[in-house]
Amino acid sequence: MVEYYLDFEKPVYELERRISELKHMETEESGVDLTDDIQRLEKKLEKMRHEVYSKLGRWQRTLIARHPMRPYTLDFIDLLADRFVELHGDRSYADDKSIVAGVGTFMGEPLMIIGHQKGRNTKEKLMRNFGMSHPEGYRKALRLMKLAQQFHIPILTLVDTPGAFPGIEAEERGQAEAIARNLIEMADLTIPIVTVITGEGGSGGALALAVANRVLMMENSIYSVISPEGCAAILWKSQDYAKDAAEAMKVTASDSLELGIIDEIVPEPLGGAHRDYPAAAAAIGQAVKRHLEELGKLTPEELVEDRWRRFRKIGVFQGP
Amino acid sequence: MVSWFRRRSSRPERSDRRKVSVPEGLWIKCNNCGEIVYSREIERNLKVCPKCDYHFRITARERIDLLVDAGSFEEFDSSIESLDPLQFRDSQKYFDRIRTSKKKTGLTEAVVSGSCTIEGKRTILSVFDFFFMGGSMGSVVGEKVARAIERAIQDRCGLVIVSSSGGARMQEGALSLMQMAKTSAALAKLRRLHLPFISVLTDPTTGGVTASFAMLGDVILAEPKALIGFAGPRVIEQTIRQELPEGFQRSEFLLEHGMVDRIVNRKELKNTIAFLLDAFTRQ
Repeated sequence: MVEYYLDFEKPVYELERRISELKHMETEESGVDLTDDIQRLEKKLEKMRHEVYSKLGRWQRTLIARHPMRPYTLDFIDLLADRFVELHGDRSYADDKSIVAGVGTFMGEPLMIIGHQKGRNTKEKLMRNFGMSHPEGYRKALRLMKLAQQFHIPILTLVDTPGAFPGIEAEERGQAEAIARNLIEMADLTIPIVTVITGEGGSGGALALAVANRVLMMENSIYSVISPEGCAAILWKSQDYAKDAAEAMKVTASDSLELGIIDEIVPEPLGGAHRDYPAAAAAIGQAVKRHLEELGKLTPEELVEDRWRRFRKIGVFQGP
Repeated sequence: MVSWFRRRSSRPERSDRRKVSVPEGLWIKCNNCGEIVYSREIERNLKVCPKCDYHFRITARERIDLLVDAGSFEEFDSSIESLDPLQFRDSQKYFDRIRTSKKKTGLTEAVVSGSCTIEGKRTILSVFDFFFMGGSMGSVVGEKVARAIERAIQDRCGLVIVSSSGGARMQEGALSLMQMAKTSAALAKLRRLHLPFISVLTDPTTGGVTASFAMLGDVILAEPKALIGFAGPRVIEQTIRQELPEGFQRSEFLLEHGMVDRIVNRKELKNTIAFLLDAFTRQ
């Protein structure tokens, strides 16, 4: 694994490295007792971690949401599903690899899992198109959601996308229609749907997988109507103001909870999900299990009504 | 016949330098063919260029007058107004932008809804006004569209939405994004009752409006040469770093790619809508 840290994380990483060096010395050169030093530094590290990570700004959270080591959908599937059989293609044009989908078993029960997928290295990133889907990606997702409905399997979607891909072919094949279609069809599905925004919840490309009964966000994920860069380019006339745009648009999980856009925040290990994949996955697993159990008690009609009411009430305005 | 037209005071298309001696607003340079046309002639022609058939953008009020039976429009939900839930500010405060748009358009928000008859057929009509913050959809616009859909359900009649919008309103953040889901979910309810929804796309319709209710019409009509798409052309150009093909994202391009049902000239719009509504609601 390549070590990668964000600027504001640097002191934490440096201290961690010093501790591991000391530990290394202790085992290599027997006879040297560094226990006291190590303990002292570990205490300092603990304190520093709290200082750095407990008061992150919106832009810093955006950077963590986009962290190149952040766990992606396939990592979560590995850790959450006992078994997973990926299914491919939209049956009309192609298989969009920026969205992975398939049937898994979760806590012994079948679950349709659908999520955006980003790549780690250049080759993978290109294959996954940086997690930006074309229409066939959303259509694959919808096809498999309907498959889930057909066989009464609940759906978990994991959202992590900068947004729908803005390109010539995406437009030619109906990017807008594909997203819109998912919104109306998801509203009508008669099985439980839970969404977890795990990284970037980028505008329509995110929402196309997120018309769910319960929408959760991981602590350091973001949800926004347009990327901070896009917003900055339009309103500040320069992408350099992305940080200001992230602040102004209030993109974090706690902002979204306050605005009534999401139902719950899934806590992350200190420092972010990338510091501890199993712990991050376990937190998601617990929350998803609880929500699926609750939703399992509703009839198909109640599930549709529950989802409708959830979205119907979102909005802030004045007047009758 | 042209009673629906009210003179707009600003004429950004006018070429000032060459027409110094001509009174304000008497001549208009067509955005498309560049011809200088007598403005009265364009008015008489429903704001369509008589030379090249270019459809000028029109206000929500003009559009309503063009579509409904005279005197039949009863507006509703005109008193829902925007708050500033994010306390948003860039170079300007969101609240000031709203105030400017209100003053400029005489509207309270970027969409006007009401019940009306169209060639005698009772219909719920929502019309976007691009001159109000680019027709962008925030909480109020989403709420008004959702309520219009609910009104059609309640009144058991057809629904027409004429879109003209840059998309979701950035100044309300993810609240605006959620309006896409809200309006689309409302359409799912309308669909269950077999009530028709005619979506009319006019110049320009992009972003979150296209990617929600606007592309979900039972029938989707578009005005000629309207810009219609998900991403704006500039964003696409910047992303892929190549020039866009001629006519890209225009109505004719969408028709060619199977994304809209039909391109309808402004003159034929009312009649076409009326015909479809009648065909779909006779039982």
